[in-house]
Amino acid sequence: MNAIKHSLFATAAILAVSAGPSLAQTTVKWMHLEVNPAQIKIWEEVAREFEAKNPGTKVEMQFLENESYKAKLPTLLQSNDRPHIIYSWAGGVLKAQVEAGVLQDITDQTKDTAATISAGAMAAFTRDGRVYGLPFAQSQVGILYNKELMAKAKVDGSAIKTWDDWLAAIKALKAAGVTPLTVGGADKWPLHFYWTHLAVRLGGKAGFEAALKGQNGGFEGEVFQKSGELMKQLVDLQPFQNGFLGFKNPQSTGFFGDGKAAMSLVISTVYHQQKALAADKVGITDDKIGWVNFPAVPGGKGEPTDTLGGINGWLVTKGAPKEAVEFVKHFVSKDVQMRLAGAGFLIPVVKGADEAISNAFMRNIAQNLARSNYHQNFYDQDLGPSVGRVVNDATAELAGGSMTPRQVAKAVQDAFKQGN
Amino acid sequence: MSTTALGRAAASGKLTAVVLFLPPALLLFTLFVILPVGEAAWYSGFNWNGFGRPTNWIGFTNYEYVFEARAFGLALRNNFLIIVISLGIQLPLALTLAILLAEKFRGAVALRMLFFLPYVLAEVATGLIFSFVYDGDYGLLAGVWRFFGAEPPHLLASTQTSMLAILIVVVWKYFGFHMMLFIAALQGQDQHLVEAARIDGASRWQVLRHITIPLLYPTIRLSVFFAVVGSLQLFDLVMPLTRGGPADSSQTMVSFLYSHGVTRMRIGYGSAIGVILFVICVTFAVTYKRWFMRDD
Repeated sequence: MNAIKHSLFATAAILAVSAGPSLAQTTVKWMHLEVNPAQIKIWEEVAREFEAKNPGTKVEMQFLENESYKAKLPTLLQSNDRPHIIYSWAGGVLKAQVEAGVLQDITDQTKDTAATISAGAMAAFTRDGRVYGLPFAQSQVGILYNKELMAKAKVDGSAIKTWDDWLAAIKALKAAGVTPLTVGGADKWPLHFYWTHLAVRLGGKAGFEAALKGQNGGFEGEVFQKSGELMKQLVDLQPFQNGFLGFKNPQSTGFFGDGKAAMSLVISTVYHQQKALAADKVGITDDKIGWVNFPAVPGGKGEPTDTLGGINGWLVTKGAPKEAVEFVKHFVSKDVQMRLAGAGFLIPVVKGADEAISNAFMRNIAQNLARSNYHQNFYDQDLGPSVGRVVNDATAELAGGSMTPRQVAKAVQDAFKQGN
Repeated sequence: MSTTALGRAAASGKLTAVVLFLPPALLLFTLFVILPVGEAAWYSGFNWNGFGRPTNWIGFTNYEYVFEARAFGLALRNNFLIIVISLGIQLPLALTLAILLAEKFRGAVALRMLFFLPYVLAEVATGLIFSFVYDGDYGLLAGVWRFFGAEPPHLLASTQTSMLAILIVVVWKYFGFHMMLFIAALQGQDQHLVEAARIDGASRWQVLRHITIPLLYPTIRLSVFFAVVGSLQLFDLVMPLTRGGPADSSQTMVSFLYSHGVTRMRIGYGSAIGVILFVICVTFAVTYKRWFMRDD
């Protein structure tokens, strides 16, 4: 009996002692969408390091799948139990979040860190001079190609400089019995790259900004109609794999990795993904893979160095502990950026961190982005979900032949006018 | 209620019952039905992205947008198609199988379970399985096509065939449920009537036509009700298969609500679709109950 009492007392004592520090602990809730286990492993290490350096702080990772994250976010942010750090593509959603007052203004705490980050990336997370988050990665959209398949049709991928070059290459590939392009049409956004990138080439920065202001006919204007017409030229060649409207993006990426299509207009990170998603888990090896920037368009006002791509970052929500800001700063420190860049997972945003990129492919992308004076964020992110989704839907319909270039431009402009 | 009526009710103990049992039911109904629907109706008057409180009142504009949307027409058409197929193919199939399998013979139970199995499977899982079956490159169907030396189609990728592919899955998934309802009803039927008819010299067909099926009418009416309401709500099969695409060709009312309301963060617009769907469902339910199920 005594022994039992004793051990009960001992247990209680242990519980009391262990409860002490845990009560004083701050938990930073960090929500992300990353699915690549190799990358998450590094993120976990970063979190544990941060905890070691900041006793009493715990970093808790929370995961939601991409589409469900987007759907749940508005509700999540308005609950009392919202995560402290959230993933962001900047653009229209960020704008809505700022206007709703669910984010924290972290301008003052991040001044030093912001100075180390490239101005363009920083601008994406700044609204009216106030900073609401820190970027950690950027990407470029371009043409990924399979050198072996291109050689079959006697096409040199690196020689594709103009729109006509590209159309000619597609015709040659078709004639040689090779599927020229693969695309995940069921997800729609991979198809919006065509339309958007054409608009970037045709209108340049000025064209997009004018459309936002409703000048030159807005998104119904000449630039965007022309984008649709050129996209239609390409679509009319029937360049995509059979049933492309039923392919989800990972399927299409795997299709490319399996060597079944010569080219794909993709985000630079697909370079990795096609390996993981190929049936043999090897994919197209480095010696056979090529990358060429989106071709120039006759009469286009954009520079050939202008880029389309994404800027990803972390936002700090209102009411988050100060440790959350500290953690985000730690995450975008040069050291961590170099580690992630070194492993080839991202194109860093911290100045000088791209030296760590050892991989020639990723190094090339980093140089393209460094050279770019106008980096356009994906339209479906930049214009916010209510307009962005319409861009995706309408361009998918253009590719499927159920909408004309004029109707696409009108649909986007209508959505823009209805807006939020 | 007049005072005398009240008095009579009190005397019979009905008033006690009303006072005692109505409030909890009324509270639950208000909390889980009236409030959410009322809230949706309220939101449908705003141009609102889901953040903060809605402030931008636009009246009935969201409803106008819904009725203008091409996808709305397609969604309505598809819901109608689903109802037609459910009533025209699924229920007759279920009824035929039920009549065959309600009798006791070796393997009847095993067959019943086999046909019921698709219903047990989660909708999302079913959708995923069939998206593999329909895959034009690696799918089961592609294999069959190639066996006959033809180029396999991508059923889910074409505006012409996407809805057909979904309808096949709908029939496959739900006929077992209705079959089970019918079997249960058949087994509850009084066999004396059948025996009497047989003694009087009725053929099997005459028994079926004049006794078995008429006795099934209440169950059939219930099945029709379930089939129609279920058809109107179809969503979780569509998402993994086509997400309403390509070009909205396989959109249903609910997938339309989700893809054009929720994912575009146009909560007001989505609410308007929700209200329209609610009105359609309630109108159907009330009319059907009044006209066809009043004896049940």
